[in-house]
Amino acid sequence: MPEQKPEIRKRNFNEVPLGYTFELAQKEASRCLQCKKPGCVEGCPVAVDIPGFINFITKGDMTGSIRNLWSRNSLPAVCGRVCPQEIQCEQRCILAKRGDPVAVGHLERFSADYERAYGTGELPPNAPATGKKVAVIGSGPSGLTVSGDLVALGHRVTVLEAFHKPGGVLVYGIPEFRLPKEIVTQEVHFLERLGVEVKCNMVAGNTVSIDELFESGYDAVYIGVGAGLPRFMIIPGENLVGILSANEYLTRANLMKAYKFPEVDTPIPHGKNVVVLGAGNVAMDSARTALRLGADKVRIVYRRSRKEMPARIAEIHHAEEEGIEFFFLTTPVKYLGDEKGRLTGMACLKMELGEPDESGRQRPIPIPGSEFELQCDFCVVAVGSGANPLLTNATKDMKLNQWGYIVADPETGKTTKKGVWAGGDIVTGAATVILAMGAGRKAADSIHKYLTWGW
Amino acid sequence: MFKIVRREEMTGGTVILNEIAAPLIARKAKPGQFVILKANEDGERVPLTMADSDPEKGTITVIYMVVGKSTALFKTLAVGDGYQDIIGPLGKPTHLEKVGTVVCVGGGTGIAVLHPITRALKEIGNHVISIIGARTKDLLILENQMRKVSHDLRISTDDGSYGHHGFVTEVLKEILENEDVKQVVAIGPVPMMKFVSKITAEYHIPTFVSLNPIMVDGTGMCGGCRVSIDGKTKFACVDGPEFDGHKVDYDELMRRLQAYCDEETECYEDYCTIRDAG
Repeated sequence: MPEQKPEIRKRNFNEVPLGYTFELAQKEASRCLQCKKPGCVEGCPVAVDIPGFINFITKGDMTGSIRNLWSRNSLPAVCGRVCPQEIQCEQRCILAKRGDPVAVGHLERFSADYERAYGTGELPPNAPATGKKVAVIGSGPSGLTVSGDLVALGHRVTVLEAFHKPGGVLVYGIPEFRLPKEIVTQEVHFLERLGVEVKCNMVAGNTVSIDELFESGYDAVYIGVGAGLPRFMIIPGENLVGILSANEYLTRANLMKAYKFPEVDTPIPHGKNVVVLGAGNVAMDSARTALRLGADKVRIVYRRSRKEMPARIAEIHHAEEEGIEFFFLTTPVKYLGDEKGRLTGMACLKMELGEPDESGRQRPIPIPGSEFELQCDFCVVAVGSGANPLLTNATKDMKLNQWGYIVADPETGKTTKKGVWAGGDIVTGAATVILAMGAGRKAADSIHKYLTWGW
Repeated sequence: MFKIVRREEMTGGTVILNEIAAPLIARKAKPGQFVILKANEDGERVPLTMADSDPEKGTITVIYMVVGKSTALFKTLAVGDGYQDIIGPLGKPTHLEKVGTVVCVGGGTGIAVLHPITRALKEIGNHVISIIGARTKDLLILENQMRKVSHDLRISTDDGSYGHHGFVTEVLKEILENEDVKQVVAIGPVPMMKFVSKITAEYHIPTFVSLNPIMVDGTGMCGGCRVSIDGKTKFACVDGPEFDGHKVDYDELMRRLQAYCDEETECYEDYCTIRDAG
């Protein structure tokens, strides 16, 4: 797929891949072998009928294509962009054996973008109204999936979002250059047109409790609040000015659009010499955001080696193309600051890899005497997130595991509280958009059964 | 939209009161909790501890000082206008307990936050002595309201234009020498809270303070509001905003509050230039 050139895009917030033309899309679609037992569908957490929607593109029936996608996935424009296709559908493509799978993600994106630009806007039909009401807490990928599925089945769905805009991680976390916010707005708008009611500024647990939702007439509640608790390194100096969690940095940049400051009112630090701690997708997003905000130098500092990096290969590749540097097998042990309490650098240790740990990856071990200093004026901590306790603390009769995540049946999403389901990062810990959507799909099926037959 | 139903200007227009229709928040709000307000689409999310709430009327009240672009923008909102977004109630409510004699110390707009806490402390049967202070008489707010909810109200001004000539801490010290004080609540500028806590530590009197660091979401997601309490990092938005005054690292808090100083000046100057150009 054509892309903005690295030297240009590293200074703007526009989307990096430019999208297929109709001709390119049809050419790619025609490579699909239309397998009788398609592996790609098995590889998809929401079981999109991949050969089906691709076949419509080949035939030039774009309405057919988007209808087919919508029947399994309410957020195709998002998934086409941010799913890790290389370990899901595309990995299972028969053509992957020859090293060149059908570009399922690109085609999904094309189909959704085409509908947005040229589509009829005609909605797929909903089932007759059931009179049942469902509250969905959190408007991220899992909450939106549950909403889309249940509204299509004829239930009344209200989504409660704590922020002032719906979309969850899709709006506060994933940067504009990977997922334009206009697209998220449109996908949410699509659900609203289907009948989903979205209420922002609702902090579930504070503004309204789960029991109050039941009292006010909801028949079921789905919790998809994500893993919104930033992890820090817990090393000396972490509260110096110039150290932000990735959550804060990305929320300022994405949700609050602080990259447009002072045109908008929310400021954001403009580091010149930036270190990002961690090597997941969030770390790549943070590093690439820093570059776009004018940094001269951006370094990823990671305690393991290149092959253990959790980020998608495509994201690492994009980051490297843009000039992000990588410091592997390095961990900070202390932040350094000046007399004004501002960050000036960090003391780091070199690591080596030892025996595999519980994650199956080789455990990084500090090398004694290897301490060195790394200068920086700004640092983003992107070492993962935990369970945000705001809602769960306010819901005493729902079981949590030892890390504070909600205990839910992996097949149905049922929690230990009657009438309440949960899915996505607040159950599994931080994972991907599509896995959260997969959990939402299972929960929606289970909620529908409950509303039809009982708990 | 969250409509403003009542608006007052205090201290010659530098401090503004807004009573705002927010029934869901008013229903739940307790003394000590805060809300986050955002005026319009491109606005900043501004945390303010509530000065009052009325569940029957469905309103909340905030009182803020105009210090930068966002509060200057808030000031332009008239009765009938509104805030695009408000969330809350956020943070833990004040821990209220009958302990005997309590001293409530307020400075600047901190007095607005102190007022409902003082009222609640009196209502549950404490003997309440309040000290409120300002730089000068014209900047003192809520004197009558504080008088109503206190058994004894003391006033101090830095320039001696009203009440005690000096700082609230001097009045506090005198009270601590003469009364059997069981608890102190201090809400105001960070240096005031720091020095109140320093004095009460000498007298071993439990003290709590309400902190208002920089934050974005107010729900524990961003960690921007982290403060050091007894050497451990806490998030003011969910672990606070009230903390044991003897354990707060005030110097760190002051440095962190300055983090966007240059940007704030830039933004405010831009805004004033555009506004004044008409």
